[in-house]
Amino acid sequence: MAEATFEVFRGDRESGQPATYRVPIAPGMVVLDALHHIQAHSAPDLAVRWNCKAGKCGSCSAEVNGRPRLTCKTRMDALPLDQPITVYPMKAFPVIKDLVTDVSWNYRVNKKIPPFDPRPGTDWKTYQEDVDRVQEFRKCIECFLCQNVCHVLREHEQTEHFGGPRFFVRVAALEMHPFDSKPRTQMLKDELGIGLCNITKCCTEVCPEEIRITDNAIIPLKERVVDEFYDPLFMLVRKIRGTKQESG
Amino acid sequence: MTTKYETHEHDVLIIGAGGAGLRAALGALAQGARVGVVCKSLLGKAHTVMAEGGIAAAMANVDSADDWRTHFRDTMRGGKMLNSWRMAQIHAQEAPERVRELEQWGALFDRTQDGQILQRAFGGHTFRRLCHVGDRTGLEMLRTLQDRGVQLGIDVYMECTIGRLLKDGDRIAGAFGYWREQGRFVVFRAKSIVMATGGIGKAWRITSNSWEYTGDGMALAYAAGAELMDMEFVQFHPTGMVWPPGVQGILVTEAVRGEGGILRNKLGQRFMETYDPKKMELSTRDVVARAIYTEVREGRGTEHGGAYLDISQKPADYVRKKLPSMYHQFKELADVDITKGPMEVGPTCHYMMGGIRVDAETAKSTAPGLFAAGEAAAGLHGANRLGGNSLSDLLVFGRRAGLAAAEHAKQVPSALIDSAQMEEAEREMLAPFGRKDGESPYTIHRDLQEIMQNLVGIFRNKEDLTHALEELEKLKERSERLSVEGSRLFNPGWHLALDLKAMLTVSEAVALSALAREESRGAHSRIDHPGLDPAWGTRNNVIVREGSAMTLRQSPVPELPVDLKQIVEED
Repeated sequence: MAEATFEVFRGDRESGQPATYRVPIAPGMVVLDALHHIQAHSAPDLAVRWNCKAGKCGSCSAEVNGRPRLTCKTRMDALPLDQPITVYPMKAFPVIKDLVTDVSWNYRVNKKIPPFDPRPGTDWKTYQEDVDRVQEFRKCIECFLCQNVCHVLREHEQTEHFGGPRFFVRVAALEMHPFDSKPRTQMLKDELGIGLCNITKCCTEVCPEEIRITDNAIIPLKERVVDEFYDPLFMLVRKIRGTKQESG
Repeated sequence: MTTKYETHEHDVLIIGAGGAGLRAALGALAQGARVGVVCKSLLGKAHTVMAEGGIAAAMANVDSADDWRTHFRDTMRGGKMLNSWRMAQIHAQEAPERVRELEQWGALFDRTQDGQILQRAFGGHTFRRLCHVGDRTGLEMLRTLQDRGVQLGIDVYMECTIGRLLKDGDRIAGAFGYWREQGRFVVFRAKSIVMATGGIGKAWRITSNSWEYTGDGMALAYAAGAELMDMEFVQFHPTGMVWPPGVQGILVTEAVRGEGGILRNKLGQRFMETYDPKKMELSTRDVVARAIYTEVREGRGTEHGGAYLDISQKPADYVRKKLPSMYHQFKELADVDITKGPMEVGPTCHYMMGGIRVDAETAKSTAPGLFAAGEAAAGLHGANRLGGNSLSDLLVFGRRAGLAAAEHAKQVPSALIDSAQMEEAEREMLAPFGRKDGESPYTIHRDLQEIMQNLVGIFRNKEDLTHALEELEKLKERSERLSVEGSRLFNPGWHLALDLKAMLTVSEAVALSALAREESRGAHSRIDHPGLDPAWGTRNNVIVREGSAMTLRQSPVPELPVDLKQIVEED
């Protein structure tokens, strides 16, 4: 039976290095299968997160041959087997152990977003064409691969000032929700720092759910922020009315 | 009480953060309780996200003739009348309100032409009844509940596993567990506990279930003295992927058949004509699973030992719109374009009808202070669950469990927990580190899966089940000698060693109950007792711990009131 060589990061917050494992290949095998094989035969304490193994839960994110992927959807027959397959944890988040990273920052950002707030008196009727664009955003499985590749987070570590693509998608789902009434542009600008995104589309490329993050979520949200805060006419209206949005 | 352990205190502790657990948390919060939720994975990753087809609720948006009575009748008939009739009634009556509530919390379902929630056909449901979002309904539901819970400020303890329930006399008083990350122990003191831990599918080799589905909640409840019921009824979903090997068992949603998918054998015959000519592909899951299994066994299976499921007669755009994740799943994992050709499918272990025995109104178990909801609880589905009735179950009985648990917490004084219980739990949980050169937990788990797959599968007989019980005894002994390597820091080998104990307990309960029930009913098929036995139709198998021994007894199925009996008998 054919075999593949894996170099898997082993280590914790302090230190670590890749360890080498040989894994037999079966038809249709994915990288997560190989990691399970390593656990069962060579390294029972190899730390890996996974749940559904069907691309629906977004738990098994890692960097395979340098590319951020869901390991449950990365097929071995799509990788060159004449060289070791490297598996590393997501770079943008602190390592806990092996392939498991500390993603708790995402949960803290999520808490900042003002929740769904239905318009008073809504009749709860809406049509498929009005729902389609929000349903695209709600496909998100929170694998955090978009956060991992976003250079504002990955290279510039702007976690204090920036929410990241995942949470722009969440805000877009709320802002474009047919029943929602709450404004969130102020917090998008001030707390989630949407202005820091310079639309390189890395997030869109890596999304396993094929959500068009940049085109359908981030750009329309940026436009809303611009209209609201930088359009001279809007600025004048706001000055006269003296209104200020809630942001928390 | 002072202990050396990190301690948290709540009125209501919920174990499990899937649909039932989160709905229970919201129910308990609404009563003003201090609520904590413990979950084995990160928040939002629970098994509920894998539910695809929809939530069954008689909203009558598409078929105006639908009402709770028809839903009730379908559920009882699907469960072969072994269901708790009161649970089936409550479920059918309350499901529509629970769905509307989800919408009011932000869920966005697919719509009808006139702007209402769209409903689709599903196996065993007389009318088009399943509210859905393409084929990712569970994700929509879980995310909605999660957002609501975060908004209202529930305390969530993520990546934390409970290893034992703590008691004060007969009363449930708390739970003892460990943080996966550090391996440190933690104590939760609570007046009420809700078990919402899901099922047990990881005890089988071919399964649609994730690593979390190891029967923890049922095993913990059993160890704490609660009764388990209907443990012989394990649902094998008719359509799991069969090829390639790495994806074997992954679910292919029933929505494929709901949207018009046709099953054929390798000869091109539409074989459901033989097994259920009236309902065909939309027969109940037990019937379709046995049909596929039989076709394969009799030599009419596909190349990789399954059946063909074909939706390619529908327009490609329609298939991609209504079944997007199936489209991607087959394209990416099996190189099959389902808009152009058939899928290969076969049965996969999917759902546990049995579980913790609960009171229909309050979801309370037979152990004071312990409640259960969702897949971890028994009763609603009887001998076979209809597709779509699981998500509605989570909402209806999750809410009821949360309300009743909060009410219970108001009425009872604080409990005392002697530290000896915790120290004993710690000793037990650390024991695998102390043993050297024992077997790997992965080896024992693999052997358990083979035994359950081969001897306690879709078709059963006395010989196999007896053999399975003997083999399970041996596995229990082996598991007491296993050892784990490495440190306590995020160590999956250690976690599996602890989960194995729960899997062995529930597996024994399944085999014991299956051996006792000498008939075939719903998901339980005995080759040596092929027909329904009316005498068994009035009895539920109940498992309870006596001393250290697992004992089985029978309990009468509650009799239907006359008015409900009429509903069930109507055509």
